Amino acid sequence: MAALRALVGVKRVIDYAVKVRVRPGGGVVTDGVKHSMNPFCEIALEEAVRLRERRLLQEIVVVSCGPQQCQETIRTALAMGADRGLHVEIPAPQYDSLGPFQVAKILAVLAKKEGVSLVLLGKQAIDDDCNQTGQMTAALLDWPQGTFASALALEGEQLMVEREVDGGLESIRLRLPAVVTADLRLNEPRYATLPNIMKAKKKKIEVLKPSDLGVDLSSRLAVERVEEPPQRQAGVKVETVDDLVGKLKEGGLI
Amino acid sequence: MYIPVYKYLNNVFCASKLVFITFFIIICQQLRRNMPIYLASWKTPPSVFKSSKSEAMANLSNEGVVCAPLDTLTEEEIMMKEMVKKFAQDRIAPLVKTMDANAEMDASVLQGLFEQGLLSIELGPEYGGTGSSFFSTILVVEELAKVDPAVALLCELQNTITNKLFITYGTEEQKRTYLPRLTGSFCLSEAGSGSDAFALKTRADKKEDYYVINGSKMWISFAEQAGVFFVMANANPSLGYKGITCFIVDRGTEGLHVGKKEDKLGIRATSTCPVTFENVKVPKTNILGQLGEGYKYAIGILNVGRIGIAAQVSSIERLQFGKSIFDFQACYYREMQHQIAQVATQLEAEAGRPFRKRGKHGQVLAQRFAALTTSKCIEGMGGVGSQKIIQLKNTTETAKFV
Repeated sequence: MAALRALVGVKRVIDYAVKVRVRPGGGVVTDGVKHSMNPFCEIALEEAVRLRERRLLQEIVVVSCGPQQCQETIRTALAMGADRGLHVEIPAPQYDSLGPFQVAKILAVLAKKEGVSLVLLGKQAIDDDCNQTGQMTAALLDWPQGTFASALALEGEQLMVEREVDGGLESIRLRLPAVVTADLRLNEPRYATLPNIMKAKKKKIEVLKPSDLGVDLSSRLAVERVEEPPQRQAGVKVETVDDLVGKLKEGGLI
Repeated sequence: MYIPVYKYLNNVFCASKLVFITFFIIICQQLRRNMPIYLASWKTPPSVFKSSKSEAMANLSNEGVVCAPLDTLTEEEIMMKEMVKKFAQDRIAPLVKTMDANAEMDASVLQGLFEQGLLSIELGPEYGGTGSSFFSTILVVEELAKVDPAVALLCELQNTITNKLFITYGTEEQKRTYLPRLTGSFCLSEAGSGSDAFALKTRADKKEDYYVINGSKMWISFAEQAGVFFVMANANPSLGYKGITCFIVDRGTEGLHVGKKEDKLGIRATSTCPVTFENVKVPKTNILGQLGEGYKYAIGILNVGRIGIAAQVSSIERLQFGKSIFDFQACYYREMQHQIAQVATQLEAEAGRPFRKRGKHGQVLAQRFAALTTSKCIEGMGGVGSQKIIQLKNTTETAKFV
């Protein structure tokens, strides 16, 4: 069995349990809010760790794009079992306009650079819900893709992926190298154990700049405007059933 | 769980704000007047926890160690805390009620604790542990106690007593045999003596190359789950307490009987049983440390354990204050909260420092607070309190038990 490597994307997002507050003028409040690893990325990582435990993978490289704090997410991934981390540092103002296309470009370059045969990603992030990065990465690399995976089996150079589609489960066979995105039911991620948390400290995180990778991060999208949903109008109180029927008739509802 | 009560109280509060406030101030004054004597010195705000001032500060400068603030955690400590919190919420919280009702620790919890490395926090990696600090143990115990004090107690005892005993006094062979996949149970208390190590009646008689232990122990924590028992027995009663020796006795040993567990009020999921020894043969190699040093080990180790217990109890208190029910009950409780924060800080300050005397000190303070605050919580909640008493009852029981 050839020594395979996997690249796993881990995105730092606002923790799923946090009640998100909208910032006046667009966006949400992120300062002082608890962040953690995107749950779907966690599932993707867990799958990679399981493959490595069965000795089907040799190395797991995790990557996160964003500000300095992303290293905490990478560190968590290392504690869960990844071997080393790549942090593509993107400062806050630029990070705001970072979309799936830009991330896909970074991932594609890194996949080539690291010589990986499998890119494992979450199907989507729980903050922007884009569900595009995996597909775009596959297109940029011109690799086959298995999205919404709910089961994964590596057989030699081939990858069996069970996909959750509308009509049920679809099984496809991909030739490596390939891109796979994880759905909710692929597995249940583990908790990092105490010894592994201590070991994670010793694993390496390499910090890269987008310019080092020759990736242009300029966005082709412009936000026209962001509006809050209209406020719900107050109703009317009626005293009796007759009043109610009267009002309904008035409104032409009965 | 507490939120509905809060909402209800909040409604009452809004509806009759003024009446409520007046009423409440009266209650607060009452409470203040009835303040126990041991809190008298804390009555006047700003309350200062006395021993935290001189003792801790003086030692700091002597040792020349620069310490970061205690609430500033390192990256690993934050990760540990998060992990334990998540683990406790997902794997322990759903079982708490059943475990308490059946007075039984769920096997999956124990297994989970082992898998996560929570029962070998300070053990070195050579024995399958993490090699982390005592401070981490305290953090873990605190997080667990927020969900289930019984599980926290298991973790606490294993880390601060079982592992510590083996690591400090055990031979290499003993460490290899018992660490870290076995839970231990510390058998000191007897019917006539509580955990007073000096009034011990259990005997160990020397025969050739083994000892025969006879006697009975009471209130042995986790006797049901334990794979190994540390038995304090007197090998030479003529020397008084200097004959007390610590023996390692495997669970399966002939003559060792674990009795029926006590029906307790709080921390029910931890089994507390009498353990009797009838002509239990223990080889000489199973003496822990030196012959006749048992009392010394027992006293030293219990001091470490007490700090952990204090962490467990202080977590119960903070748990109550963390909930929003008491948010608006500002005057009295704020002050208490303030003091508790200080106790907690003091506790954390104790971690990793010499703690012979202070260990018990910390435990006593934390216990008093837990008992006092839980009682006051029920009083403070009045009628609503009695409706939801079961939820509070649990914490009260636990607080008074420890």
